[in-house]
Amino acid sequence: MKVRIKFSKQGVMKFIGHLDVMRFFQKAMRRAGIDIAFTEGFSPHMIMSFALPLGVGLTSSAEYMDIEIRTPVSSAEAVARLNGVMAEGMEVLSFRQIDDGKAAKAMTLVAAADYTVRLRDEANLPAGWQERLPGFAAQEHIVVLKKSKTGEREEDIRPMIYRLEAKDGAVQMRLAAGSAANLKPELVMEAFAEYLGTELPEYGLLINREELYAQLSQDFIPLNDLGRDIDA
Amino acid sequence: MRKLALDDEILLKIEKPARYIGNEINAVRKDADAVDVRIAMCFPDVYEIGMSHLGIQILYELFNRREDVWCERVYSPWTDLDKIMRERDIPLFALESQDPILDFDFLGITIQYEMCYTNILQILDLSHIPLLAKDRQEGCPLVIGGGPCTYNPEPLADFFDLFYIGEGETSYDALIDLYREHKAAKKSRKEFLLAASRIPGIYVPSLYEADYHEDGTIASFAPVCEGVPAVIQKQIVMDLDRAPYPKAPIVPFIKVTQDRVVLEIQRGCIRGCRFCQAGMIYRPARERDVEGLKACADEMLKNTGHEEISLSSLSSSDYSQLRELTDYLIKKCSGSGINISLPSLRIDAFSLDVMGKVQDVRKSSLTFAPEAGSQRLRDVINKGLTEEVILKGAGDAFEGGWNKVKLYFMLGLPTETEEDRKEIAHLAERIAERYYEIPKERRNGKCQITVSTSFFVPKPFTPFQWERMCTKDEFLGHARTVNHEIKDQLNRKSIRYHWHEADVTVLEGLLARGDRRVGAAILDAYRHGALYDAWTDEFRSELWEQAFQNTGIDPNFYTVRERSLDEILPWDFIDTGVTKAHLARERQRALAQEVTENCRRKCSGCGARRYGGGVCYEG
Repeated sequence: MKVRIKFSKQGVMKFIGHLDVMRFFQKAMRRAGIDIAFTEGFSPHMIMSFALPLGVGLTSSAEYMDIEIRTPVSSAEAVARLNGVMAEGMEVLSFRQIDDGKAAKAMTLVAAADYTVRLRDEANLPAGWQERLPGFAAQEHIVVLKKSKTGEREEDIRPMIYRLEAKDGAVQMRLAAGSAANLKPELVMEAFAEYLGTELPEYGLLINREELYAQLSQDFIPLNDLGRDIDA
Repeated sequence: MRKLALDDEILLKIEKPARYIGNEINAVRKDADAVDVRIAMCFPDVYEIGMSHLGIQILYELFNRREDVWCERVYSPWTDLDKIMRERDIPLFALESQDPILDFDFLGITIQYEMCYTNILQILDLSHIPLLAKDRQEGCPLVIGGGPCTYNPEPLADFFDLFYIGEGETSYDALIDLYREHKAAKKSRKEFLLAASRIPGIYVPSLYEADYHEDGTIASFAPVCEGVPAVIQKQIVMDLDRAPYPKAPIVPFIKVTQDRVVLEIQRGCIRGCRFCQAGMIYRPARERDVEGLKACADEMLKNTGHEEISLSSLSSSDYSQLRELTDYLIKKCSGSGINISLPSLRIDAFSLDVMGKVQDVRKSSLTFAPEAGSQRLRDVINKGLTEEVILKGAGDAFEGGWNKVKLYFMLGLPTETEEDRKEIAHLAERIAERYYEIPKERRNGKCQITVSTSFFVPKPFTPFQWERMCTKDEFLGHARTVNHEIKDQLNRKSIRYHWHEADVTVLEGLLARGDRRVGAAILDAYRHGALYDAWTDEFRSELWEQAFQNTGIDPNFYTVRERSLDEILPWDFIDTGVTKAHLARERQRALAQEVTENCRRKCSGCGARRYGGGVCYEG
């Protein structure tokens, strides 16, 4: 049975990198007694895949992984058992059955992500930045220098910004996410700072991932909504 | 949410911030205001190394069982954070509470190898604890050392308030109780240390004084006041089944060296390898009950979720219930994706059978530790492994599909000759020949034989404690001999050769057998930047050379000088149960190339029988 797990990663857990979060959950599955399926071969490993890695330093209210289990367990019990073995800052929010097949995998489906970005220090951007955000967002092109392993290149990130607004002193954004197109919230904020004629200090942002979505026709559907609760 | 000692900005800038945030599964959290005694347990190396150490986990369990104690952990900040903490004057903190070490009652430091001595000073320094014990005021944490290096604590005597000699399970409760009383009665640090010195196994260095002859050897070593014991008795647990064991060890977030359940199956070793300190100081060998071990394994796997379990002991093959234990673990772990690792197994039919079940034969390698190339020299060091046994084991393994073999040797052993060294190459060659005896169609490509040599360091409380150690140039010459001999052989392409660094070894030897005067050089080296000496990339030999010059210490006095049997050795005031007479006798036998039987076959009268248990009273 294929299962999608939604969890949050808060507090000091933001310093734990993606690969270590994977290892953490592998061990957590064993502690919780979730009968997870393994790959074949001499060194079998758990069938477990994450929707979208989260960078070190970011928190998240909506991380997703898909697993395969050999013995069915109800959603309520699995959530309770997993939360009984979590570290402070990690919380399992749901455990739901999903369809079989590659097309249903979170990693394949993920198309967009919501983020809330706060300034670590109010002075990191000039006062009144909120009023200037709509103007920034309304541009036809937002060209940034994107750094990669092979060098720097110019890229228009505007098509990857689906929503961008200021709310309660924070910036809320929906950005393209996944293997086809992926935009990091830091990059948007750097471009915004440049637009304001300033530069953000290093580690100047507090970023929380709010949700991950699949795109079905024109709609963004939270990955969680593609699963169904398993009854006892 | 917990508040961390370090800002986000620092944590995001340094390597592996997970080293410093605590919060791991099974870490113990208590209310600091609700306990009487706070202990910070330290392994003075980087987190990944320190977290792999079983001893600290045992002590952590032992202390935290007490409601009146909260024991936390602290490790050496890596060089990147070390620099930031100094620049910004951030005090070192414990992982669980993130509180400064200075707030604690005790700072306990486990001392596992000599090359961590400068890291001990780093820990004290970053904690804002005066480096010299004599400079510490009331209210400053008491710095206590333990672990194998404390069997010669003298080079570190100036830096510690007390040492605990031996296994932690026996006297720590008495020490904590005493401390509580003294704290409640507001007695002074001095009064506490004096009273503590009377607890078995506790050594308070400030209460002892050494005098020296003109030639630099020790003239006398004695307590400076009445009522302080002249001899310190090593502590030992005779009933391991009842001793506390960490059933829920801490599970790190990041990959550490020992990222698995560690099941200690026995303590001590019945083999009397004459170079091996652990084989002597942990006598007598004591086994843990197999039923208890099975239950322990179940519980630890469940509490950690680890995907691997490893048996820990000095010589697993000597555990009498090994077959039953491994059968149980294989049955339990099959199908659940849990690996079993079995280090320190002798290669024979049984172990090959077990390893064939738990490992991928094509990928894994077999390890032999003949330690010396020739039979003559193996008899000198009492390594009861014959060439016949090695070739038989390797042959069986090759037939069984293995094609990788690792061989470990030491160079610079007492009585070693050029011929003995060349025999290392010859033995590797004969193993390769054995492989190519197998018909080509049944072979798995070429064989890979890896020969590694370390350099011999004479250690306290071994039959070789009086021996001369080689110089750096001698060591390197020996390694060249082996290298040339291997390169001249027919199967050279199947044999790879690695050797250890010589300058680190010489320093290790100096610190291992040093006396109190050596402490000044450790301090000087640290002050000039020596740190992480156990790390090849960090080790700076020139700082130490300069330190010995600055402090007027002649390294050769401690390394290349053969001691006479009647010399007072710096560690003679410790009683490990194994008598000095036995060590001297074993040394004689070594020079006569006489083998001594293992404890199970025949008692050699080492003295450990007086502890009233273990292998001495089997059967």
